[in-house]
Amino acid sequence: MPDYIVRLVHMHESFRQAELQALADVAEVPIEFVKYEQESPFCIVRLPSDASAKAVISRSLLSQGIYELWGQGATYDALHESVKDISSAKWARYESVPFRFTLDCFRGTRDNAQQCEIIESFSYMGFKGPIRMRDAEASFKIFEEYNGKTTGPVYMYLGRFVAASGRDAKTTYDLKKRHYISTTSMDAELALVTANMALAAPGKLFYDPFMGTGGFPIACAHFGAVVCGSDIDGRSIRGTGGSARRGQTGKFDVQGNFKQYGLGAKYLGAFVSDLTNTPFRLSQHSISASRGGYLDGIVCDPPYGIREGLKVLGSRDILNEQERATHGDRYKDPGYIPPKKPYSFTAIQDDILAFAVSTLVENGRLSMWMPTANDEDVELTIPTHPCLEIVSVCVQAFNKWSRRLLTYRRRAESEVPEGALEAVKKEYEKGVRADELNNFRKKYFEGFKEFERLRQEPGAGNANHKADGSKGVSGPWREKSGTN
Amino acid sequence: MKLLTLNFLTCAVKTCKSSPAAFPLHPRDATLQVVETELNLAFLKNMLPRLMWDELRVVADEVCGFLLSFPPPCFPCFPFPPTRSDLVVGGEAGAAATAEGEEEVEEVPSQTAQDLHRVLLETTVHEGKLVCGNCGHEYKVMEGVPNFLLPGHLV
Repeated sequence: MPDYIVRLVHMHESFRQAELQALADVAEVPIEFVKYEQESPFCIVRLPSDASAKAVISRSLLSQGIYELWGQGATYDALHESVKDISSAKWARYESVPFRFTLDCFRGTRDNAQQCEIIESFSYMGFKGPIRMRDAEASFKIFEEYNGKTTGPVYMYLGRFVAASGRDAKTTYDLKKRHYISTTSMDAELALVTANMALAAPGKLFYDPFMGTGGFPIACAHFGAVVCGSDIDGRSIRGTGGSARRGQTGKFDVQGNFKQYGLGAKYLGAFVSDLTNTPFRLSQHSISASRGGYLDGIVCDPPYGIREGLKVLGSRDILNEQERATHGDRYKDPGYIPPKKPYSFTAIQDDILAFAVSTLVENGRLSMWMPTANDEDVELTIPTHPCLEIVSVCVQAFNKWSRRLLTYRRRAESEVPEGALEAVKKEYEKGVRADELNNFRKKYFEGFKEFERLRQEPGAGNANHKADGSKGVSGPWREKSGTN
Repeated sequence: MKLLTLNFLTCAVKTCKSSPAAFPLHPRDATLQVVETELNLAFLKNMLPRLMWDELRVVADEVCGFLLSFPPPCFPCFPFPPTRSDLVVGGEAGAAATAEGEEEVEEVPSQTAQDLHRVLLETTVHEGKLVCGNCGHEYKVMEGVPNFLLPGHLV
């Protein structure tokens, strides 16, 4: 199998390899990582063919393109040697087609004269076709990697362009241009990455139990899946008569967002519901014809209890007879609002896993975001379930906290070890107030004090770190990418 | 809300989850809309084995009454659930051809597929109620969005 070089974007580092793996899974292509480093935007993979390389990369958000590897080396001499060694057999095929050469320097620059000189040094390949910077039939790129310490590049590659990534979607779905969003809408790029991780694809059915204004379902629909969603707050689904943003009049709702992107046909609909009292048919119940799961994927960003409160149906105090009777009499009134109570943060995560287990098909995926503090005292453990296998854990770090994208695969019944399902009764936080139920929320509003104290202790971290820390003291709300 | 959704939804009351009467929910006093969309053959094929066929028929029959403009018969009268090959013109022959690894031919959706698409993915409940056959609880549908939040005494 030939080697390919993937030009990754140099951000969301921990997501990149997991995304490529997920895309290979969707395309049903075997992928082998020959070289991947968190610090480098160049990744070498082994794939069966150009066609499969294109299939993998065309949906990718965290890369720019894929190139057939024609050579690599730590110096130009080594690179030329390697090019002659690996690719000389392919030169003849490109001898007379229109072609072009470009240079991609990571953490470095080359002026025009130097670029020309470098490109000319490949003249031994003997291409006689016309040079065309636009619409060239064969496009070659020289990649240089600098490390920021030395003046010259430390490593270089030559690649033949095979296919561009699907990163354009980031611009198409940009929240700034979306008609209807809310305070906790997930950034379009990460929503699309989430859809990729969950293997959204044509023909599949996806669900988001905390849809809000529908960011995740839209991302999944972009990749061809049919989607539905729910939220405990019906107003966010039905939308408003006009957005607060200037120049917008008329109705803005989730349906409208789907129309904006021409995805109306992929939108199955939404409903108002609470995950702990879900109307979904759950496979363990005793309807005889029940054949197990029906969802191909679940994607969600549950409320963290900071910008958006974590609430479920129920009352803080147990209702007495009279109160129950009142609810029974009045619930059909038009203005009736069912009582809601704060809920334990760890309990909701386990509820999501249990829900996923009873609704997902075999090998269906659950991709869920979860916050955690950058401090071991407050760090939350990754929830697990015997019927779910953890596929990947990706971290997006902020100043004092991070959030993780957890991806699980629904195991087939035969893969679940016997006796594993004997439920281990867990102790959840008890109480009626949000602070008592959500440790993350509590620490967040305390400004992660313990973390600060640890940092400022002598010997722990240098002066630089302190400066970093003090920057955030003015308020954790300064984090740009949405807190949910 | 498209009708397909009703094939996945039961009553939200916990004690109803174990009762066969709680599924499917029955549309009442419903205003239906038909929103034409492009037929998604891959999706129909994928969903077909997951559908609860008998319950689907129940819902489709009940819904018939609310829709005057629906071309009769409003639901394809299959004696038994269709299979994947019923969805494509040429059915089994077509399936066999692709299995042999021949050049992939553009598959033409059959009348069955079009009928299913019309019922499952083009018919939407816009206003009305969904009623549980077990406890009789009514869930309101507003602007195409059903509300499954339970009142205080049922949680």
